Amino acid sequence: MTTSPMFDLECINIAKSFGAFRAVKDVSFNIPSGSFFSILGPSGCGKTTLMRMIAGFEEPTGGDIQIKGKSVLGTPPNKRNVKMVFQHLALFPMMNVFENIAYGLRCNGVSNSEIKKKVHDVLERIALPDVAEREIHQLSGGQKQRIAIARCMVLDPDVLLLDEPLGALDLKLREQMKIELKLLQHQFNTTFVYITHDQSEALVMSDNVAIMNQGRFEQIGTPQELYHRPSTAFVAGFVGDSNRWSGKVKTSDGSGGKVATEQGLEMAFTAAHGETIREGTEVDIFVRPEFIHTVRKTGSVGTGEAADNSMDGVVDSLLFNGANSRVLVRSAKGELIEADVTLTGNDDVKPGEEVSLVWSSKQAMCFAAQGAS
Amino acid sequence: MLQKDFKRLTLYLLFAPFALWIILLIILPHIGMVALSLREKVAPRVYEFGFANYLDFINEPIYWNTLLRTGSMSLLVTALALIIGFPIAYYIAKLASNRTRGALFLLCLIPLWVSDLIRAFGWILLLRETGIISSFLVWSGIAGQPIEFLYNDAAVIVGLVYTVMLFMIVPLVSTLDGMDNSMIEAGYNLGGNGFTVLRKIIVPYAMPGIVSGCIVTFMLTAGSYLTPILLGGKNSSWFTEQIYNQFITRFNWEAGAAFGILLLLFTSVVIWLGLKLSGQTLANTVAKS
Repeated sequence: MTTSPMFDLECINIAKSFGAFRAVKDVSFNIPSGSFFSILGPSGCGKTTLMRMIAGFEEPTGGDIQIKGKSVLGTPPNKRNVKMVFQHLALFPMMNVFENIAYGLRCNGVSNSEIKKKVHDVLERIALPDVAEREIHQLSGGQKQRIAIARCMVLDPDVLLLDEPLGALDLKLREQMKIELKLLQHQFNTTFVYITHDQSEALVMSDNVAIMNQGRFEQIGTPQELYHRPSTAFVAGFVGDSNRWSGKVKTSDGSGGKVATEQGLEMAFTAAHGETIREGTEVDIFVRPEFIHTVRKTGSVGTGEAADNSMDGVVDSLLFNGANSRVLVRSAKGELIEADVTLTGNDDVKPGEEVSLVWSSKQAMCFAAQGAS
Repeated sequence: MLQKDFKRLTLYLLFAPFALWIILLIILPHIGMVALSLREKVAPRVYEFGFANYLDFINEPIYWNTLLRTGSMSLLVTALALIIGFPIAYYIAKLASNRTRGALFLLCLIPLWVSDLIRAFGWILLLRETGIISSFLVWSGIAGQPIEFLYNDAAVIVGLVYTVMLFMIVPLVSTLDGMDNSMIEAGYNLGGNGFTVLRKIIVPYAMPGIVSGCIVTFMLTAGSYLTPILLGGKNSSWFTEQIYNQFITRFNWEAGAAFGILLLLFTSVVIWLGLKLSGQTLANTVAKS
């Protein structure tokens, strides 16, 4: 992704309050042209409010929104070149596909012959050339989705906002649409701002993801950065799965050391990206299941890696899910730890077996505890 | 087997009251009316089959003028009820908060708690020469002498609009209620201004409600008797008054029956035309709202 100097969308200290409730608190970000940007957060974190402000349905109580370098504050929604795909798509049921797509063009006073050409073009691009005369209720879920996007894209928007548009689809179709959306974005080369609470949607499709929590952006970065180098405990817990411990630092050199968990387990850790952990600090430690190796007690321990943490336990249960299978191990202290395992169908670990869990201190991300989180 | 019989019995039992109602109160009386209207009186107590009653209607301009007048005024009342009712319904369905919504709906319902007659008298108290409005105008010096507001077409129309308003608002609220707010937002988002959104999205979406509201209002207005008589007096010349006169005053049941059938045919034709023009069907309007 090359970053051109021009930002399609810039938000500067944007804030929104509903009475005493502050839904969005001083959020700033900018999105390079032609990229796929996701805002990921739990429901109620203010992401929809943020999107509605960008679209112009809500006026921010503070800050500035700039589209292509120009402030759009005070511009009514129908004058902004920001189009939106709604959560339930909001296709107009009383019009057929052609009229749905033509609606925006007609509003702009485009001539009839031009409309015909443009609608035809956009239908070609979304690979549905023959549906123009269909009624909306005759379309399948995935087709509706694409028509909703086409209806916006035909107007050449500077930014396309998508408000959890995959939420209503069934799982299989959702997986398919993820890829398709990404392809469509490449094809149109328009900036997409995608709002979701589903992390796999955000991680798979986006160039950049912002994690939003309680009206604030916790971190903005590429999906990989967010996953491997989360900058706050919330991000570490929210993106991907984690085993989480709370504890107190015993020894530390600032960037790593030893910690004793509340359960009395001792482990080596690495301070999270950009944090300095002092001795005696209350901390949260996150270890992702895929970095924990399960080793049979009877087998050889040599995994070849710097596995400076290990713990003994008994296999409690296997969660079989093909390539994503997990094993739940109950430690001597009674807690359950999740670890990824590869199940070959031959001589796998079984519930009741004694195993050792091994992981590297590099994968034990540690954050100073913030009371609230 | 027994189960099946039992099921069938329940079906019959449930269906019986409906069948009785439709046969005894709708089909039979109308067959009677048609039969009655096709009789000619040739001598006392001697009747013959013939179309004389219908020919009378065509040959006597006052009859069909009254019918046309009733029809056009009913259309006007329907249009006014729609124009006034639509913003109210829109407010109730889309803008009001959940709590005020119930209260507003209740306010619309309250007039129905009193009978037509009492409501018409309410208007009489307001509008007559010695009524509240006239007295107020004299008292405040705007009018030099008492004014009679009653017994003209305007009074009839006002009274009728008031009576039928609710039947316009209810179907409109229920269709507008089913409309996703994001549909309106999408209308703006894609570049439409307020007028475009109303014309291209809200009104087409509400069309079934609009049409069913209009059908009910039109039928009620064209078939109403009390309000036009009380507020319009002798000048009202409402068609139902003609029917009443034939049946009761002139004891000419044959002509009365013919007029009744004509009113039914006339309103049916108007509604059929309305449906054709709006591109709706009876099934998707009345059934939906």
